[in-house]
This record gives sequence, C-alpha cells and structure tokens, in this order.
Amino acid sequence: RWLRGRLWGAARSCTEGGKREPFCGEWEAVEGEPAVLSSGLSPASVPPPQIGRGALQPAPQYGPAFVRDVFRFKESLAEDLRRADLVISHAGAGSCLETLEEGKPLLVVINEKLMDNHQLELARQLHKDGHVLYCNCSTLVETLQSMDLSTLKPFPPGQPEKFALFLDKVVGFE
Amino acid sequence: MQPWFPPPGSTGAFFLLLLLPPLLLVPFVLLARRRHDRRTPPLRLLVVAGSGGHTTEILRLLSCLSESYSPRCYVLADSDKMSEAKIRSFEQKRAERFSNSQFTLDRIPRSREVRQSWTSSVVTTAYSILYSLPLTYKLKPDLILCNGPGTCVPVCISALLLGLLGMKRAIIVYVESICRVETLSLSGKILYYFSDYFIVQWPALKEKYPKSVYLGRIV
Repeated sequence: RWLRGRLWGAARSCTEGGKREPFCGEWEAVEGEPAVLSSGLSPASVPPPQIGRGALQPAPQYGPAFVRDVFRFKESLAEDLRRADLVISHAGAGSCLETLEEGKPLLVVINEKLMDNHQLELARQLHKDGHVLYCNCSTLVETLQSMDLSTLKPFPPGQPEKFALFLDKVVGFE
Repeated sequence: MQPWFPPPGSTGAFFLLLLLPPLLLVPFVLLARRRHDRRTPPLRLLVVAGSGGHTTEILRLLSCLSESYSPRCYVLADSDKMSEAKIRSFEQKRAERFSNSQFTLDRIPRSREVRQSWTSSVVTTAYSILYSLPLTYKLKPDLILCNGPGTCVPVCISALLLGLLGMKRAIIVYVESICRVETLSLSGKILYYFSDYFIVQWPALKEKYPKSVYLGRIV
C-alpha cells in the first residue's frame, strides 16, 4: 500500500509540474530499454528512469518524496534491476527476460503505436502464466493502484543448451 | 573523349533484371535442398544481429555453442548503435574461456526501420540484398543464424543466391524471437519457407507451423 502511494505520488507530480501529458504520455515516447523506478528509498538513492531513444526528454523533477531524472542508455541495467522493488518496462524481450531473471516484479506497458503490436503477445502470455502484470499507457495508473505483486510466480530460466545440442546434431557434429 | 554513363534509372533496372532469373530458380533449389549434410568442425558461423532484444536473444543462443562454431561473423545494420557493444562484451568473455576465439563484425544498410511503409521497405530491402551479396561472398559461412530482425532477410536471400550459383551452400537456421507467441514476425513468415531449420519457442506456433522445430524456451 505504501509502495502504491509512492508511485501514485510520482505520477501526480509529473502532471502538476505543468506538463500536459500524464506519466503515461511520457512513457509513450520511450522506445528503448526498461525504466527503473525504485520507491521506498530516500530521494538520493532513487535511480533515474531510462528514456532510450525517445523524443520526449522530461526535465529532472524533484519532489519531497522522490527524485526523477532520466537517462538514455547504459551499458548494463543489472545494478539498477537489483536495487529495484518494482520494474515498469515496455514488452521488449530483453527487458522482460532480464527483469524476470533477476526475480523482480515486472509491470509491462504496451506501446500501441508499434506495427501489429507483437509485444502484446509476449506480455499477454507471461501474464497468463502468472509472471508479470501488464497494461497499456491509459491503464498504467489504475494498474499501479490496484496491483497485487504477491500473485506473481517465479520465472524459470530458458535453456540455450538445448539449442546447442540441436545444432550439433543437425550439422552432424555428434 | 567523354566516358559513357548509362541513363539515370537504367542501372537499377539492369540490376533487377540480373537478379530476376536467379530468384525465379529459388523454388527449384529449395526442392532440391538436402537437409542432413555432415560437416566437419570448425564451422564458419554468420550471425545476424538485430537491434535491442534481438541481439540479447541471439547472444544467449550462442552462449552454449562450442568453439567448433568459429569464427563467428556478426552482421549488423548500419544504424544499430547498441548491438556492437553487447557483442564485443560477449566475445570478450568468450575469449577468456577459449584461447583461440575469433569473431568479425560487419555492417549493412538496414533493410527496414520499425514503422517504415511497405512500398519503401521493398526498395530498401532490394538495396540491402545487393549490398549483402559481396559480404556473404567474402564471409562464405557454413551456417547462418538469425532471429528476426529485418536485416536477416537480405542476408539469407544473398546466401541462397550464392548457393544457387554454386559458390557456397550455407545452412540457414532461424530462431523466432521469444516475443512471438501466436504469430510470426514478417521475417519469420518469409524465412519459414527459405530456412533449413525454423525454430519456435512457444507451442502455439508449432501447431500453426508444422515444419517448425519446438525445443521449448531456449533464451
């Protein structure tokens, strides 16, 4: 409940800061890697969200309960992922897999402007299997308010060794 | 004396005419393809890297391969900024494990950007195929591995053409992205017919595309 309160506070501050778009509108501009918001931490230790190659670059915002600045790319998000309590991301495969493999709760936001919206398929399947929560831009805020992270199931790792075995067999290496 | 230049537009038409007969022969070559060639290591591996999640996935696929797949020749789109760093990092870690680890990195024009219109995509893809031909000829891969970015279509088609011309016969392995649960990507829909092995990661796709291979989740 306290987590929800913190994130809702973040969304409201973005709107009150004079921007037309709510938090989701900023999210629509993101095309790159996941943004990591951490709450329940002091403002000095909140990592900045990532905006990838998004056209919109929000100015840094500082509130009594949080600090929000942005970055475009980092070589690795592993450290940010480890420190996060909740990850909000687009449905890109790398973003989802990295987050789920860290064992972090993941809320996936679908970018409706992508052609044929293939990201929706993965989000929907992962949600069906109980690994992630998902929503689109317009339902982000209500999802944050009503979510129950304890319902999420752990995500078993993929098995690239099966691919290696298959390839060895078909090229005749055995 | 003035050098002769062909009238504008006719150079493109000339190249298209050159490509047309080999392309028409492709169906016959596909029927004649033998699936189970026995190869001896090392195998030259051409890896098509796409942007974002595609590169992450393909590097995971490569993670368990032995050094019999060497050198690994990565082909990237020229506008891809992030993949090169990921690949170099992956290969650096690999070099720490295997003493004679080798890789190369080449770039080709991107055949299609996300949200690019269909008509302009045909033109840019045709240009990418022409550009890929000398590169594929230079690399002469035994095996091509790709997983969905638009970049892989021209590379695979250029490899098919080289096979048709009797220059190099590469095994084409396509692994559909884990994002694809119920429908194939555009590259997947094309390469389902042109690849030797088409791997999917969700059972619904195996049902829809019976010639595909399902190994479970491999990334």
